[in-house]
Amino acid sequence: MSKTMPAVDVVLVGGGWTGSVIGKELAANGQRVVVLERGQPRWTSPDFQAPGVRDELKYTRRNELHQNAATETYTFRNRVDETALPMRRWQFAYPANHLGGAGVHWSGAYYRWDPVEFKLRSHYTQRYGARIFEDGITAQDWPLTYDELEPFYDRFDRLVGASGFAGNLKGVIQPGGNPFEPWRSQPYPNPPMRVPHAPALFGEAAAKLGYHPYIQPSALSTRPYVNSEGLHMNECVYCGFCSNFGCEQFAKASPQVCILPVALKLPTFELRTNAHVLRVELDKDRKSARGVTYVDAAGVETFQPAQIVILCAFAINNTRLLLLSGIGRPYDPATGEGVVGRNYTHQTSSGVSLFFDESVKINPFMAAGAVAVTMDDFCSDNFDHGPLGFVGGGYIQIQVVSGAPIGNRPTPPGTPAWGSAWKKAVKRYYNHSIPITITGSAMPVRGGYLSLDPTYKDAWGQPLLRITYDFPDNDIKLSAFLTDKGTGIGRAMRGITLAQGNPRTKPYGVNAYQSSHINGGAAMGADPATSVVNRYAQCWDVPNVFVTGAALFPQNSCYNPTGTIGALSYWTADAIKRDYLKAPGRLIAS
Amino acid sequence: MGDGIPHHRRIFLKQVATAVGAVPLALGASVVAGGAAAVVTGDAAAAATAGASGQDTVPIAHAWLFFDGNESRAAEAAVARLIPADDAGPGAKEAGVAVFIDRQLASAWGSGDHLYRHAPFLAGTPQQGYQLAFTPAEMFRLGFAKLDEAARKAHGAAFADLTPEQQDALLGEAEHGKLDFGELPSTVFFGALLDATMEGFFSDPIYGGNRDKIGWKLVGFPGVHASYANDIERHGVAWTRPPASIADAASGG
Repeated sequence: MSKTMPAVDVVLVGGGWTGSVIGKELAANGQRVVVLERGQPRWTSPDFQAPGVRDELKYTRRNELHQNAATETYTFRNRVDETALPMRRWQFAYPANHLGGAGVHWSGAYYRWDPVEFKLRSHYTQRYGARIFEDGITAQDWPLTYDELEPFYDRFDRLVGASGFAGNLKGVIQPGGNPFEPWRSQPYPNPPMRVPHAPALFGEAAAKLGYHPYIQPSALSTRPYVNSEGLHMNECVYCGFCSNFGCEQFAKASPQVCILPVALKLPTFELRTNAHVLRVELDKDRKSARGVTYVDAAGVETFQPAQIVILCAFAINNTRLLLLSGIGRPYDPATGEGVVGRNYTHQTSSGVSLFFDESVKINPFMAAGAVAVTMDDFCSDNFDHGPLGFVGGGYIQIQVVSGAPIGNRPTPPGTPAWGSAWKKAVKRYYNHSIPITITGSAMPVRGGYLSLDPTYKDAWGQPLLRITYDFPDNDIKLSAFLTDKGTGIGRAMRGITLAQGNPRTKPYGVNAYQSSHINGGAAMGADPATSVVNRYAQCWDVPNVFVTGAALFPQNSCYNPTGTIGALSYWTADAIKRDYLKAPGRLIAS
Repeated sequence: MGDGIPHHRRIFLKQVATAVGAVPLALGASVVAGGAAAVVTGDAAAAATAGASGQDTVPIAHAWLFFDGNESRAAEAAVARLIPADDAGPGAKEAGVAVFIDRQLASAWGSGDHLYRHAPFLAGTPQQGYQLAFTPAEMFRLGFAKLDEAARKAHGAAFADLTPEQQDALLGEAEHGKLDFGELPSTVFFGALLDATMEGFFSDPIYGGNRDKIGWKLVGFPGVHASYANDIERHGVAWTRPPASIADAASGG
C-alpha cells in the first residue's frame, strides 16, 4: 500500500534545530512547508515535567530520548580490512529520535567556532608549513569565513537566549571574558551561568598558572528572557537533570521552547510526526529531487512531493540519506575519489580524574548541562603548534553536569568494582571527586569514512550506515598534550589529593561514550571534487536538495557543534530566500 | 542450606506455595521462592520472617515477575555480595535490588526492545562493543543457572547456599572470565549483573530498588529536589536535607 500527499514547496526531513529554524524561516516567507519528524511529538509540558522527568534510569540508562538501536543503528570497524559489526546498543554517542531531536536532550554548551577553524588547512600551512599535517589527514578549508557567519551566529544567540560574558566585542577584548573568543557584534543576551565550587577552584588554579579561565557560555537561560521569536524562557534552576533529559523549566533552549510554537501558528507550516523518511526521490536524470518517501505512523509508504528537499536529520544520518538516495558520488578510500561519506570525525575527548580532601564539597547534583569554568589557551591555534607536531586544540574545564549516581559514582584508581571496599570508597568520594573534562578537535583521515553496510539493515530493510575509522596519530598527540596540561591544573587545585590524566588512546572504539558529536560525510566546500555541498549547503549534483547540520563539517573543531549548526541554518535559509527562489533548480552563485 | 531447612522439606514447601497460589504464607522469604505463584503479602509474613531470621531489616513483600525460585535466591545472594550490608549501611539486598532486576528483566528492556538483534552475530574486536544475541532476560536466565552450576561443581551447593567468602570467590572468578558459562562469557554476565545492581541501588525507588533511598543516602544524592539556584554558589557547604524520590515529590513530600 502506498499513497501520495499533496505537493508542497519545501519538505524538511527532521524536526530538530535545523528543520525548525529553516522550516519556520521559509514558511514565514510564504513557502508551503512540511517538516517530517520520524519520532513522537514531545513537548515541555506535559512530557518533560517534574518529578517524572527526573529519572536517570529512564532517560540516561534506557535511552528514552535516543534513537532506538533496535530499529536503526550504525555498524563500525576500525579499518577497511575488517568486517563492520552493528552497535547493538548505544555506548559511543546518543543520536536522537523524537521531536526536537538532540536539541532536546543536549547539554546546552554553546560556542562559536574560532575563525581559524574555517580556514584550517591554509592557516596551518601558512604559519607552520604543509608538513604540520600528518600524511593522510584530509582536513580542508570551509568555503565561508567566520566574519561572513557572524551575523548568523548572532541571530541564533538571540533565538536560544545564550548566556555568557562577551570576551571580544567587535575586536575589543573585554576584561572578565574569554580573551580567545572570536569577535562578536553584540554581547550575549543573558548574563553567564552561576559558578559552583569545583569550577571556581579550577578557575583559581588555572589563573594561578597564567591561563585565562572564563565561565562557559550556554544555551540555558540565566534569567527570564523573551527570545527573538517572542517566546518566553525561564531562569535555569540547576536541577541537575539536563544532559539526556528534556528541560521542565523552559530554560534549556530547544526547538520546542524557542521556535516551534511560533512556526506552528503559520498557516504555511505543517509538522508531521511519526513520519520516517526512507529516501529522497530523484527525477530520471538524477539532477533534481521530486520529494521524499516516508513511512507514516501506520506503516504506510507515503510520497511527499516537494520543490525543495532539505535534510535536517541527526548529524551523520543526513549522510546516510544521501547514500540511500544516490545523491552525490560515494567516497572510495582506496582511490580517494568520491565525496559522500568522506571526512568522518568524532571528538577527541579525554579527562583528568580528581580526588579531593573532604573540605572540597562538590555537590555534583547542583548541576546543569553547561555550567563550567573553561579555558581556551590550548584551543584552535591559540598556542604555538610548531614544536608540537600536530594541528588542532581543545578546551579544558570543570563542568558540573549531573550527580545522578548510576552514572556518577567516582572511586580512586585501584578501588575494587564491588564489595565493601567499593562501597566505602564511593561513600567517601561521591561528594569529593569530579573530573576535568577536555574536549579536543578531530581531524579526518583518508581511511576514515561513512558508507552503506553490505550486510546489516534497519527495521525498514535499508542498509545501516557503516563507520570506518581510527584516530590519526595527530589527535592522539593532541590528546596527550591537552591531558598533560589538564593534569597540571588539577594538581594545582586547592584540596587535591590525586589528579590522574586519562588521555585518549588508539584504537578508536564504539564501546564507550565519547560525545554525541559525530560529524561529516557531506562536507561543505568550494570544490565539488572534495565536497558534497556548496557554501550554501546545496548539493552540487542535485541543486534542489540542501543538507544541514554536523554532516557538513569537513573536520571537527574542539568547540561544541550546535552554535555553528544554528548559524549555518540561518545562513542557508537566507540564501534560499534571497537567491535560490529567484532561480530555482540552479546552484546559487558564490 | 543456609536457612537450615532440609532440601526435601524445601521442595514440599515450594509445592504448597505453588498450590495455594496467592494465599499469604508466613514463611521465611528464602523459602517462598517458588516463582510468581508464591506470594508473601502483608505485615504478618514480614514480621514472621523477621522473627524467624533474626534480622533487623524487614523483607520485601512482592511476587517475582521473571525469576524462578532458584534464580531469585541466586540474585538476592549475588547482589548482597556486590553491595554488602556492612558498617557503611544496608546493601543491595536490603535495597530491593533483586526485585529491581526481576522487574527490569520482565520489562520491554529485558526483552531487548532497545537492542539491535539482527544476524549475523559475529565475534568482534573489543572496540566494536557488545555482539552477543542474548537479551538481558536471556542472559540473566542463563547466567544465574551457570552460576549455580559453578557453585555446585566447586562446593556441592547452590550459589545462595555458599558462605559469603565462597560467593565472593566465585563472583571474582566470573568478573575475570575464569568460569565456564558455555556460550555466555562469564565476564559478560558479571558485567551485566554489576551494571544492573548499580542501577537497582541508585535508580529512583519507583522501579523497586533503592528501597528507602538506601543508595542515595549512602552517597548523599538528594534525588529530585526542585531547584539549587540559591545553593549552587554556597561553596563548600554540604547538602544535608534528606533525599526525595519521584513518588515523594508527586505526593507533595
